[in-house]
Amino acid sequence: MNKIFETPLYPYYQSIDQTASAPVLHNVVVIGAGPVGLGMAIDLAQHGINVVVLDDNDKVSFGSRAICFAKRTLEIADRLGFGDKLVDKGVQWNLGKVFFDERKVYEFNLLAEDGHARPAFINLQQYYFEQYLVERVQEINSEKPKIDIRGKNRVRAIKDHDAYSAITVETPDGDYTLHADWVIACDGAGSPTRSMMGLDFVGRVFEDNFLIADVTMDADFPTERWFWFDPPFNRGQSALLHKQPDGVWRIDLQLGWDVDKDAEKQPDRVIQRLKAMLGEDVKFELEWVSIYTFQCRRMEKFRHGNVLFAGDSAHQVSPFGARGANSGLQDVDNLSWKLALVIKGLAPDTLLDSYDDERIHGADENIMNSTRSTDFITPKSEISRIFRNAVLDLSEHHAFARPLVNSGRLSMPCNYVGHSLTGEDALAGGPARSQPGMPCPDAPLDNGFLLSKLGGGFTLMTLNTNAPSSQEIEGIEIAQIALSVTSDTNKTLGERFLGTAESAVYLIRPDQHIVARWPDYDAVRVQMAVATALGKTQ
Amino acid sequence: MSTLILSPNIPNGDDFYAKLLNVHEGLSKEQSDALNARLILLLSNHIGNIDILEQALIVAKTAGRTS
Repeated sequence: MNKIFETPLYPYYQSIDQTASAPVLHNVVVIGAGPVGLGMAIDLAQHGINVVVLDDNDKVSFGSRAICFAKRTLEIADRLGFGDKLVDKGVQWNLGKVFFDERKVYEFNLLAEDGHARPAFINLQQYYFEQYLVERVQEINSEKPKIDIRGKNRVRAIKDHDAYSAITVETPDGDYTLHADWVIACDGAGSPTRSMMGLDFVGRVFEDNFLIADVTMDADFPTERWFWFDPPFNRGQSALLHKQPDGVWRIDLQLGWDVDKDAEKQPDRVIQRLKAMLGEDVKFELEWVSIYTFQCRRMEKFRHGNVLFAGDSAHQVSPFGARGANSGLQDVDNLSWKLALVIKGLAPDTLLDSYDDERIHGADENIMNSTRSTDFITPKSEISRIFRNAVLDLSEHHAFARPLVNSGRLSMPCNYVGHSLTGEDALAGGPARSQPGMPCPDAPLDNGFLLSKLGGGFTLMTLNTNAPSSQEIEGIEIAQIALSVTSDTNKTLGERFLGTAESAVYLIRPDQHIVARWPDYDAVRVQMAVATALGKTQ
Repeated sequence: MSTLILSPNIPNGDDFYAKLLNVHEGLSKEQSDALNARLILLLSNHIGNIDILEQALIVAKTAGRTS
């Protein structure tokens, strides 16, 4: 077993809060040190906010768990300062194969579009993701302590006092209480915070069990994603084989609803199933086994006064489509800058309501997509199985049926077109992919890539026109980057941001979503767009 | 002679597929079969080209694994 699971990454220590005579008040307390909680702490710290992170454990999470990290997540990780580590360690793949019964019905190549710093996605065990986050926290703290991770600090009670929350924490040295202006609950699908506050979490349960097994093996399976519908080794069910770093393979086997979970989890039984799949001769070792059921559900609201929910605590999806951790990181991206501006008094408290609006929209999109995938993989009626099998049969010979095969629609970044913080689109001929509300597409520049130049605040990007080099609007620093597009230089940038326009000015949010765009700089209209993005014009 | 389109031709396949399954929601197998028959007749009339329809009949018959 990998040593990473045994070493405390953020060991328990006794904080001064535990011996203080009265509860100490903190700006922000994050509950949960998983990918979302740690990402949130880093993002807030980079915006200048101090954060206390409470976690009942002191190690990375056990087992590989989330393994597909999408391009948008890698771009967010770049902004948070640890993207290179993910990409260096992660496995990149492009080829997917779909099998039906005993036949390979087709294969697809996910060759991503050129001109992006990051690949479409990578496979990487969640524990590495968490380890790199902790290392990034240490890096930030070595300059100036901003993030206080408290291991073995289990939240036992939370009480809302309107202006602040009182949190009772259990530690090896006994209980203590601390106060927080803001609480962000990133404590997972089973969120104790959500239960303690008596909040709803409704949705749909899928009547199916999946066996998930990570195995290490010396096998010459290529670096591809293989998906089986109704294979001989798992009749009537589905199976998935996917590669991770360190020679670890993720295997997913659908079991059906009426199974004895304890019996299915026994190593002998699991090994027997895997041998049927991989062949008798393949040597492998079990690293992690788990059985899970699907739920697709979300909280009715992610904001409850000064307590905000992010990641799986707020919304849960089936794993097909890699929309769990990836959407959690988009929550981080969306919430951190807003909360930082509200704390600094630079934006109204109501800006945080837009977190609800934008990320509930994101969650609904993810729930819809993962529900559709699940319905395809595990048809819930005879007629839907007939249609599913018809699609698979046709897909073997006819291209038209292949887009209908749904073994998971991989996470695409959510857009906020038409939402309240999105401003005007005054660029005639501008491409749809970069319209206001969209996440800013990456593009190659003469020296590097566009997204790496955006920084962590608001940015005015000018193409073939001028704007003030940097300025303050509504008390906020607006950076500027000036780029030019000619027939010889930055051609891709032109395709992605000019379309048929001659010149353009883009206002971009700290989370790299586009607020508004114009053909030229107009001080009054830019000022209005900034106000809109700060939630001041509702 | 017109040719049956066998490359992807539905702009958002997932939306269509969800609608297709939705219309069967809550129906018995017999009711679903009847709905499918009506649907085939409707779409055939819309296509209205016997060349195309004959090609579709052949593809549908040969694509199945049991054929």
